[in-house]
Amino acid sequence: MAMEVTQILLNAQAVDGTVRKQAEESLKQFQEQNLPSFLLSLAGELSNEDKPVESRKLAGLILKNALDAKEQHRKLELVQRWLSLDTSAKAQIKAGLLKTLSSLAPDARSTASQVIAKVAGIELPHKQWPELIGALLSNIHQLPAHTRQATLETLGYVCEEVSPDVVDQDQVNKILTAVVQGMNASESNSDVRLVATRALYNALGFAQANFSNDMERDYIMRVVCEATLSPELKIRQAAFECLVAISSTYYEKLSPYIQDIFNITAKAVKEDEEPVALQAIEFWSSVCDEEIDILEEYGGDFTGDSDIPCFYFVKQALPVLVPMLLETLLKQEEDQDQDEGAWNIAMAGGTCLGLVAQTVGDDVVQLVMPFIEENITKPDWRQREAATYAFGSILEGPSPEKLIPLVNLALNFMLTALMKDPNNHVKDTTAWTLGRMFEFLHGSALETPIITQANIQQIITVLLQSMKDVPNVAEKACGALYFLAQGYEDAGSSSSPLTPFFQEIVQALLTVTHREDAGESRLRTAAYETLNEVVRCSTDETAPMVLQLVPLIMMELHQTLEAQKLSSDEREKQNELQGLLCGCLQVIIQKLGSSEPTKYVFMQYADQMMALFLRVFASRSATAHEEAMLAIGALAYAAGTDFAKYMSEFYRYLEMGLQNFEDYQVCAITVGVVGDICRALEDKILPYCDGVMTQLLKDLSSNQLHRSVKPPIFSCFGDIALAIGENFEKYLMYAMPMLQSAAELSAHISGADDDMLEYTNSLRNGILEAYSGIFQGFKGSSKTQLLMPYAPHVLQFLDSLYMEKDMDDAVSKTAIGVLGDLADTLGSNAGPLIQQSVSSRDFLNECLSSDDHLIRESAEWAKLAISRAISF
Amino acid sequence: MAPHDLRRPFKRPAISDQQRRREISLQRQAQNRRDAQQHARCLASTLLYLQFPQAEPASEPELELESVPEFQAEFGTELEVEFEASPREFDIRQASKLKGSQARKWFAGQLMLPEWMIDVPDQLAQDWYVFARPAGKRCFVVSTNGTTVSRLRNGSILNRFPSALPNGARARDASGSAQSYSILDCIFHESDQTYYVIDMVCWRGYSLYDCTAEFRFFWLNSKLAETGACDQPSYYHRYRFCLVQVYNCDQAGLSAAYTGAVPYVKDGLIFYNKHAHYQTGNTPLALVWKDENCSQYVIDTDSKGQIPSQQQVVLELQDNGNLTTSDDPPVVFGFLDEGFVQKSGLHPGNLLRFAISEGGLSFVDGKLARADLKYLGKSNRARAFADSYSKVVFQHMARHSPLQFDDLLASIGSSIDQEDKPSEVEMVG
Repeated sequence: MAMEVTQILLNAQAVDGTVRKQAEESLKQFQEQNLPSFLLSLAGELSNEDKPVESRKLAGLILKNALDAKEQHRKLELVQRWLSLDTSAKAQIKAGLLKTLSSLAPDARSTASQVIAKVAGIELPHKQWPELIGALLSNIHQLPAHTRQATLETLGYVCEEVSPDVVDQDQVNKILTAVVQGMNASESNSDVRLVATRALYNALGFAQANFSNDMERDYIMRVVCEATLSPELKIRQAAFECLVAISSTYYEKLSPYIQDIFNITAKAVKEDEEPVALQAIEFWSSVCDEEIDILEEYGGDFTGDSDIPCFYFVKQALPVLVPMLLETLLKQEEDQDQDEGAWNIAMAGGTCLGLVAQTVGDDVVQLVMPFIEENITKPDWRQREAATYAFGSILEGPSPEKLIPLVNLALNFMLTALMKDPNNHVKDTTAWTLGRMFEFLHGSALETPIITQANIQQIITVLLQSMKDVPNVAEKACGALYFLAQGYEDAGSSSSPLTPFFQEIVQALLTVTHREDAGESRLRTAAYETLNEVVRCSTDETAPMVLQLVPLIMMELHQTLEAQKLSSDEREKQNELQGLLCGCLQVIIQKLGSSEPTKYVFMQYADQMMALFLRVFASRSATAHEEAMLAIGALAYAAGTDFAKYMSEFYRYLEMGLQNFEDYQVCAITVGVVGDICRALEDKILPYCDGVMTQLLKDLSSNQLHRSVKPPIFSCFGDIALAIGENFEKYLMYAMPMLQSAAELSAHISGADDDMLEYTNSLRNGILEAYSGIFQGFKGSSKTQLLMPYAPHVLQFLDSLYMEKDMDDAVSKTAIGVLGDLADTLGSNAGPLIQQSVSSRDFLNECLSSDDHLIRESAEWAKLAISRAISF
Repeated sequence: MAPHDLRRPFKRPAISDQQRRREISLQRQAQNRRDAQQHARCLASTLLYLQFPQAEPASEPELELESVPEFQAEFGTELEVEFEASPREFDIRQASKLKGSQARKWFAGQLMLPEWMIDVPDQLAQDWYVFARPAGKRCFVVSTNGTTVSRLRNGSILNRFPSALPNGARARDASGSAQSYSILDCIFHESDQTYYVIDMVCWRGYSLYDCTAEFRFFWLNSKLAETGACDQPSYYHRYRFCLVQVYNCDQAGLSAAYTGAVPYVKDGLIFYNKHAHYQTGNTPLALVWKDENCSQYVIDTDSKGQIPSQQQVVLELQDNGNLTTSDDPPVVFGFLDEGFVQKSGLHPGNLLRFAISEGGLSFVDGKLARADLKYLGKSNRARAFADSYSKVVFQHMARHSPLQFDDLLASIGSSIDQEDKPSEVEMVG
C-alpha cells in the first residue's frame, strides 16, 4: 500500500492530464473508503526520509486540506471529522508530523509545520494534545539549525492558528522565551533568526502578561529593535513588522521606547531598501490610527475617558516626522497613477502625512506650508507633484479656519495647473487635491464658502475640460465634481447653485462614459458615480432634466442586453456596465419617486424599466444582480400597490436571489427588497408568501449563508407579518421556534469581542423587529390568542437583554417597542405576564429617561400600551 | 509566514458609490420599516367610530299625550331606541382632514361630557379626582402638520393658531412624523386668553382614549410642560396652555378645589373617576357639580342672561314624535303628535326648547315618571345637542332642593372613618 501511495501522489502531479486525473480519482476513493488509514499513510509518506520530496510535500498538503477549509461550514465539518477519528491513529499521525520537523528536506519540514498548526488549531481548544508545546520546545536546543528553524516556524504557525486563551501562561512564557532567543543576535543562523522574528509577530497576541512586566517587555523590545539592524533585509523587514504590530497591540506600552523607535524608523526611511522603509513608515501610520481612534473616543463623550490614554506620540515627533515624510514624497515612481497595484515609499509617505494631519490637526499646517511654497513652482515635476500632494493630504484634519484662507489662495493656482501643467502625474494629483478641498471644505456646514458665485463658473469649466484629459486625470476630475455636487446636498428643495450648469455637467459625464478608454483607471465607474451624486443632490428645478435622463439610461441598458456573441472578457465588461446603469436608474428612481409630481410623470417608464431589470437577471454577474435588485426595491417603494402587476414575472428572480448563498450580498439585498415589496403590496403579497417564507426559513437554517444576512431575514419576517396580518398564522409554527432559539443564543454572549457584540446586537434587532411586526400584524384580529403561548418567551428574552446590559441604542429602542406591541396586541391578557416579568418596569423606566429621543419615544408608546393593557 | 500586505487606499474615497447606494437603500428600508411600524402602532389604537345615530322608528310608546302645545308625558321606563350605527370608521388623522360641516359633526361627538351630579357616587374619596372647572368654552385642541386648531363642543372652529404643542407650529423641527397629531381637551378662558387643559386624548399620534384618567393625568402632567406649551405666548406660540390642579377627592382635596385660589374664574367642580377611560359623549364617570360659591352660572340663564322664571330644557324631536335627551340611550321626556309637528314646520332631529311648567318633574323610584312641558320654540342654531337627563334633573334640583357642598363633604367623612369602616358582609344564606 505504502509503495502505491507514493506512486499515486507522484502521478497526481504528472504533466499528463489522464494520469493525473486517474491518480486524483484513486486518492479520492482511498479517502472515502478508509479515512484513518488514508490520513495515516499520508503522514507516513510525509515523515519518510526515503521518499521523494514531491510526494512528501503533496501528502502534507492533502493532510492539511483534510483539516481546514475556507468556507466556514466545510471547516466545521472537517473539525468534527478529525475530532471523531480514532485516537491511536491520530497519535500516530501527530508523531509522524513532529518527527518530520527534523527532516533534511526543507519542503517536508515546512509542510509539516503547517499541518501541525492545523491539528493544534483543532485540538488545543479541546484540551487535547497537551504535550505539543513541550515537545516542540524540547527541539529548540537541539543542534541541527534546520530543526530549530522548523520548530520556531511551527510555533509561529501555531500562534497564528489558535487563540491565546487556550494556551497556559506557563507555556506562553516558554514559547516567547524560545522565540525571542531565536531572534537574538547571538543566534548565528540567519534562517533561524528570520523564522523566529516572524514567529514573534504571530506570538505577540499571546504576550499580554509579558508586556505588562517591565523587564520582560524591555527584553522583547530590545531584541526586536536589534533585529531591525540585522544585516539581512528580510529580518529587518520582519522586525519592523513586529514593531507595527506592537504599535497597535501595545500602544500604551510604547512610551519608553518611542524615541529609539523614531530614530530607527527615520534611519530606515532615509537609507534602507524599500520593503524595510515601507514598514518603517507603516509604523507611524499605525500609531496615527491608534491616536485617531483614541482622540475620537475622547471627543465622543466629554469626560475625556478612554480605556487607553493618548500619549501624543505623533504630536511630539511632529517637527522631525513631517520633514521625514515630506522627503519621501519626492520619490515618486514614473507611472504609479496608472498602476492599480502600485505601492511605493512616496505613496506610503503621503498616506502617512494625511494620517498625521488627521491626528494633530492645525499643528501640521505650518510645517508643511514651506515645503509646498518652495516646490510647487519648480521645473522638476517631482517637486510640483510632491508639493501638491502634500497640500492635498493635509486638507483633512486641520480646522476650516486654518485651511480656508490657504485654499482660497491656492484654488486658482490649482485650476490653472489642472489645465496647463505639462505633467500627467501633477495633473492627477492636482485634480485629486481639488476633490479633497471640496470634500472637506465645501458644504452648507461651513460658514465661509470656498466656492462662490464668482468662481463656480470657472471651477466647473475647468473640471469639465479636465474630464477630457487622459483617463487617470479625468477620473480624478470626476471625483472632484462628485464632492462639489455633494456640497450642495442640503441646498434646499428649490434652488441650487449647480442648476445653471446642470445640463452641461450631465452631458459631459455622459460623454465620458462613452469614451473609448473609459475602461481605464475606472473612469467609466467614476463618471457614473458622479452622475449619481449630481442626481441625488439635484433640486425640483432640475427634475425635468433628471426625467430626461431616464429614457437615455434605459436605452444604454437596453443596448448592453442586445449585445451578442461576446467573449468572456467583453461579457464581464458588459455586466459591469449593466451594474452601473442599474445603479444609476436606482438613484433616479429614488430621487424622482420621492416627490409626488415627479413620481407621477416618471412612473410612465415603470413597465419598460422593470422589463429591462428582469432581463439583467439573465446575466451571471453578481454585481449586476445586486444593482438590479436594489433598483427594483426602489421601484417597488415608488410604485406602491401598482407593483403587484410585476410580481408574477418577478417572483422567480426574487426566489433566485434568496437562494444565492454564494453571493451573499445579492441574498441580503433581495431580503431587503422583500421588505420593500411587503410595504408596497401589503396583503396583495399573500399569494407569494408561501414561497418567500419557505426560502427565508431555508436560508436561516443554512450554515452556508453568510451570517450577516440572518438579522435582515428576521426583520423581514416582521415586514411580512405586518403586511399580511393574521394570515401570518400558518407560518407561526415555523417562524416562532426559529426566533425563539435565535433569541436564546443571542441573549447571552460572554467574552465576545466588539465584532461579535455588534453582530449579536444586529441579530437581536432583527429578532425584535420580527416580534414587533408579528404582534402589530395580529392586532385587532380575532386570532391574537395564537400569540399568547409565545408571549412568556418574548418577555423572558426582553428580561435577559435588560440583565445583560450590553444592548446598543438601536436594540433598546426596538426591545422596548416590542414590550409595547405585545401589550397592545394581547391587551388585558398580557397584563399579568408583564406584571410578573422581572425587569419590564425597570427597563421601561430606564428607557423613559434615556437621552436618545427615539428610545424615549418607543418607551412612551410602550408605557401607553401597557397602561391600557393593565387597566382593562 | 510571508510579510503582510501593507497597502492602504491611495487617492480614493474610502467608500465606493456602490457601497453608498447600498447604504442609502438600507437606510430607506429601515426608515420605511419604522414608518410602517409607527403607522401600525398609531392606526388601530386610534380607530374611532364616526357614527350617524339614526333612530329607527322605535316601538310606539304606549301613552297618550294631551293636546299640544301644552302636553304632558306620562310614562315610566326609558325607551330602548336602537341605533343603526353606520360604522364609518375614521382614523383621527383622516378626521383631522375633514372640512366644514363634516368636521364639525365629527368633532362634536368626540368630547367626553360629564353628567351633572344628581347624587353622590360611592367611594368618592377612593375612586375620584376633583378639580375646579375654569369658566369658559370647552373645546378640543388638535395640533398636527404645523398648525393648531381649537374646536368648540359643537365642532365649530374657535381658533387656528401656531403653538408649542407637538407639530403645532411650522417653525418647530419636530421629532417624529409631522402628521402625528395631539389632541387636548381644554377650556378656553377668555380673560387671560389661556387654554386650561383638563384632559389629554392623543399625544404625538398615540391614543390615550383607552387609558385610565389616572394615567392620562399623569401623562398630561409629565408631557405638556416639556413641549414649552405652558410658556408665555410668543410668535410661534400664540396662546398659553395651563394645567389645572387636580386633587384626590378626599376631604382636603375637595375643600381645596372648592375654596382654593386659582388663576381663573371657577365654574363649578368636575369629578373624574380614576379608572375610567376617555369616553366620548355623556358619561356618568365624569361629573359636574355647581353652587353659587363656585360658579356664576348655577341656574341656566336665557339668551339675555336672565334666569327665566321656569326651567327651560332643550330636547330632540325624533321621527316618532318622541322628545328625547342627548343621553345614550336617550331618555324620553315627552311626545309631539304628527299634526303639531307638521303645523309648526318641525322635522325629526330638530332641537326644541320647552319650559317645565308648574307640574314640574316627578320621580318614582329615582326615575323620571312625569314631565310637565310647554313648547317654546326651536333652540339656538348653534346647539348641537339636546340637554342631558342629568342636566335637566340637576337644574330642577337647583331650583328646588339643591345638592349642597356639605352633602358632598359628609359623604366622604374623614379618611380614617373610611378605613375603619367594617367591610360589609354579604349574606348568602
